[in-house]
Amino acid sequence: MADPVSKTSAVERVNLTVDGRAVSVPKGWNLIQAARKAGFHVPHYCYHEKLSVGGNCRMCLVEVGLPRMGPDRKPVLKADGTPEIGWLPRPQIGCATQAGEGMSVRLNSQLVKECRRSVLEFLLINHPLDCPICDQAGECKLQEYAFQYGGGESRFVEEKERKPKKVELGPRVTLDDERCILCTRCVRFCREIARDDVLGIFNRGSHSYISCYPGRKLENNYSLNTVDLCPVGALTSTDFRFKMRVWFLKETSSLCASCARGCNITVGSREGVVHRFKPRCNDAVNSHWMCDEGRLNYKWINDERRLKKPLIRASGSAKWDEALAAARDALVRNRGRVAILASGQCSCEELFLLKKLAETYGAVVKLAPAHEGPGDNLLVETDKTPNMNGVRLMGFEAGREVGAKLSDAMAKGEVAALVAVRECAVAAGVDAGALKKMDAILAIDVLPSPTVEMASVVLPGAAHVEKTGTFINFQRRLQRFHPAFAPPGEARTDLWILGQLPGGDSKPLDYEKVFNRMCGETPAFQALPWEPLTEKGVEVEW
Amino acid sequence: MVNHAADIVVHWVQAGMATPWLVWLVITLMKCGAVVGVMMGMVAYTVLAERRFCAFIQDRLGPNRVGPFGLLQPVADGMKLFLKENVLPGHVNKVYYVLAPAITLFPALATIAVIPFGNRLGGEKMVIADLNVGILWVFSLAALGVYGIVLAGWASNSKYPFIGGVRSAAQLISYELAMGLSVIGVFMLAGSLNLGQVVEYQSHCWLVLKQPLGFLIFMVAMFAETNRTPFDLPEGEQELAAGYNTEYGSMKFALFFMGEYANMVVASAVMVTLFFGGWQVPFIPVEQWLGCSWLSGMVYIGCFLAKLAAFLFLFIWVRWTLPRFRYDQLMNLGWKVLLPLGLLNILLTALVLAGQR
Amino acid sequence: MAIITPRPQLTLAERLYLPAIVSGMWLTIRHFFVNLLGLKKKFTLEYPDEKCPPPPGCRGAPTLVRDEDGREKCVACQLCEFVCPPRAIRVTPEALPPGSRHAKIEKRPAAFEINMLRCIYCGFCQEVCPEEAIFLREKTILTGASRRELVHDKQRLLALGGSRPDSVKKWKDK
Ligand code: SF4
Ligand code: SF4
Ligand code: SF4
Ligand code: FES
Repeated sequence: MADPVSKTSAVERVNLTVDGRAVSVPKGWNLIQAARKAGFHVPHYCYHEKLSVGGNCRMCLVEVGLPRMGPDRKPVLKADGTPEIGWLPRPQIGCATQAGEGMSVRLNSQLVKECRRSVLEFLLINHPLDCPICDQAGECKLQEYAFQYGGGESRFVEEKERKPKKVELGPRVTLDDERCILCTRCVRFCREIARDDVLGIFNRGSHSYISCYPGRKLENNYSLNTVDLCPVGALTSTDFRFKMRVWFLKETSSLCASCARGCNITVGSREGVVHRFKPRCNDAVNSHWMCDEGRLNYKWINDERRLKKPLIRASGSAKWDEALAAARDALVRNRGRVAILASGQCSCEELFLLKKLAETYGAVVKLAPAHEGPGDNLLVETDKTPNMNGVRLMGFEAGREVGAKLSDAMAKGEVAALVAVRECAVAAGVDAGALKKMDAILAIDVLPSPTVEMASVVLPGAAHVEKTGTFINFQRRLQRFHPAFAPPGEARTDLWILGQLPGGDSKPLDYEKVFNRMCGETPAFQALPWEPLTEKGVEVEW
Repeated sequence: MVNHAADIVVHWVQAGMATPWLVWLVITLMKCGAVVGVMMGMVAYTVLAERRFCAFIQDRLGPNRVGPFGLLQPVADGMKLFLKENVLPGHVNKVYYVLAPAITLFPALATIAVIPFGNRLGGEKMVIADLNVGILWVFSLAALGVYGIVLAGWASNSKYPFIGGVRSAAQLISYELAMGLSVIGVFMLAGSLNLGQVVEYQSHCWLVLKQPLGFLIFMVAMFAETNRTPFDLPEGEQELAAGYNTEYGSMKFALFFMGEYANMVVASAVMVTLFFGGWQVPFIPVEQWLGCSWLSGMVYIGCFLAKLAAFLFLFIWVRWTLPRFRYDQLMNLGWKVLLPLGLLNILLTALVLAGQR
Repeated sequence: MAIITPRPQLTLAERLYLPAIVSGMWLTIRHFFVNLLGLKKKFTLEYPDEKCPPPPGCRGAPTLVRDEDGREKCVACQLCEFVCPPRAIRVTPEALPPGSRHAKIEKRPAAFEINMLRCIYCGFCQEVCPEEAIFLREKTILTGASRRELVHDKQRLLALGGSRPDSVKKWKDK
């Protein structure tokens, strides 16, 4: 998974010319990579930079030439002093040809165009006319290349090959063998990345098809990555199947909030409804992948039970200004006897404002319960919250025993008001009966929980795809996420809510201002650049 | 029918102990009622006629769905206009804005008072006010009519109406001159300003034959005075939205609308009276055949109405044939053509009269 | 370059306007009497009583059609929803239930709504449809007592569309 674009200068470099443009690339790069460096795109199906080279689709054919050598083993020069090129008589596949010194590559010659046209014609011979019902349509490489490089017409008049359709390879992946172009990306992914070798090609010739080995299923926690890898609509996500056409999806850069790795993702949403998460490439964190669990953990965002209105339990009022006033009153009334239960789901900025709130009201305890589960050695971390490092950095006490700690403080009568943000005190191990005796419970949350049921003031917050902020993952990498749409109903972003409570600015929310204030007051973030933080995140140290 | 009823009342009153002024009052009121009633009816049906005739001219059908042949259309229109919300725009000069439509309609109705619309009916002269300066009354009231339009244009406090009002004022002033000059010939011949006497004078020969030039000028001026095409510049839809009545709606608009058509009726009536023998029936000695009876009285009124209708038809016909003048053409025609021609007409008439003496 | 249009030199008759007026008046009065006496076939159709038959190719309300064996042709590809300029179309796709007669097509619209208050009758949906499932049919007069009534749902669209023989039959041998 190492970055192929190695930045160390020690690597030997080669110089070549791609379509007349000179580039210098590290030795070992193939022609697709070299062409990309020169600013050209070489169409390809089976090649993927994180997988071994398959070299079976033949889409990446290019013309390659080397300097012609004279009898003196020196390059023959043309009249203008440039070396004469001896073009190889047959086109080469770019993915399996390494860039060599003095090499010349043609991407757009008549021969190359003819090759691409013919390859596409072959690929389409047995391809069904499924685009109207195919989930890949709109992001299908076969459509795109057929449109750009194809001949537009088929000369094939014979019967098409029939293959199995709607095959359930596993609980989450559905295969359509007719659409498959046999690029084997999925096979190589399972073998090389997921290390769960279940897929293979069966039969021969035009009867070949992809399937699981007998008795096996594609059910590992990374199976949905094969759907992303499949350049056509052969592998589809059973979950996303027939839900929404991809061209309607608004794509927003965000982060997965299901474990401490914080995989970079793209949220596909339409009109306030999340339809899918897809991994976004970040070599430092998740490469091109993400686990199925995190990918499918989006349904709660559009859950009908989402909290959509503020609530003062005593009066039943559902007005924001009244609820905020009630929350402020409760805090003032219980100054010095406040406990804060934060969450690893909170962004750094929210935690920062919570810290301010704690300072203003002399909070007795600042806690954040841990959520742990099984991990693996590819991506999944045992810590199931995306920002536990942020929690620690902001001075909150994290761990498994926070419930006991809070119960203790309550038993001693040190605590009369609880501020619970995205956490349920009952789930953390606090006795519900003891909670009931509290003077006030302020709950900022997205879904109902026992604590929310008991809270004297409920302030509906936002899911991470509905707000902006930063998480610090287990590698201490600070990463940003962006809002895909607004919170449902009258719910507001947590940052806005905290901004309205004392300790915040009570001003209209300005995310950047809060961020800058946080950076100014947090040593680890000192002089943190705002701009480079955008896509890939930065590592912070403390 | 109305007149028949009047007759009964007259007999009843005369048979009783009533004083002569009471009799006069009752009869005059009845005449007023009848005339205004007939006139409003004519206005309503002229509108319908205009809509249907123009449709025929343009190969269409026109409104034909309310009642037989669309005859109840005016009722439907009236009802619609009555039921419409009476909007008073915020930016207008309220008093004058409301007053203007009334001022437009009133002169038209008042003018009709001096028009003799029949000979006699049961001994009663068929004219509401037998003024001996009838024609001056007509002119003065016609001149008043422009106030309604100018006022509407000004009180609307909005651009197009204002331009419409100004145009209207300039146009009416220009053509009033020509109109006045053109009828002087008539009175030189008839020797009286009383319209009844002008009609009497024509019992043998319509004045249009003796004063063709005068008639032509008068007719053109009348078209201009009534703001009808080709002289409809004050409201020209294509240039001024609807001109002076742009800001009006519902019944106030209806008053302008009725005013326009009432003016048309009056203009026709004046033309009939001055140049086409008024209520006289040509070639047929009615009284010899029918005697001086109710019947002959009714025939005269009928004849007058028929002539009137013919002129109304002319108005409509012209409107759907001729395009609108350009403003400079309008002024040229008024000042440089009609005015000199009017003077010429007086001169010629005077010469002929002098020659005859 | 300036283009100079010379003013026409008018003759005396033309300047007098009178001959032109007379000929114009003659023209209009001729039409008047011809129409008054009903001497010519009239063009006007008296609408609610007489209706204009839609000409072939008329683009009326968009509708969904079935093929000759009653299969809904739409497969919920949502291209029409995408192409519709005023966004009048709303398709909710679903998988065909496994037991269905046409299960091999896999996908169909669970709901298909066209908001006729938004539709501009451009015909793009018909043009874009890869399944020849949506057609603008003859129905041009749409009335309803509420906005909701003018949002045509799938049932209504299919009822309006009737059936159209399938020219391609691509699903036959699936
Ligand atoms: S894989 Fe691509 S080309 Fe094939 S049916 Fe699906 S969208 Fe169409
Ligand atoms: S005809 Fe045009 S506007 Fe109407 S539904 Fe089809 S695409 Fe949309
Ligand atoms: S009507 Fe045609 S274009 Fe629209 S969703 Fe159905 S198949 Fe697709
Ligand atoms: S990408 Fe090179 S052969 Fe497939």
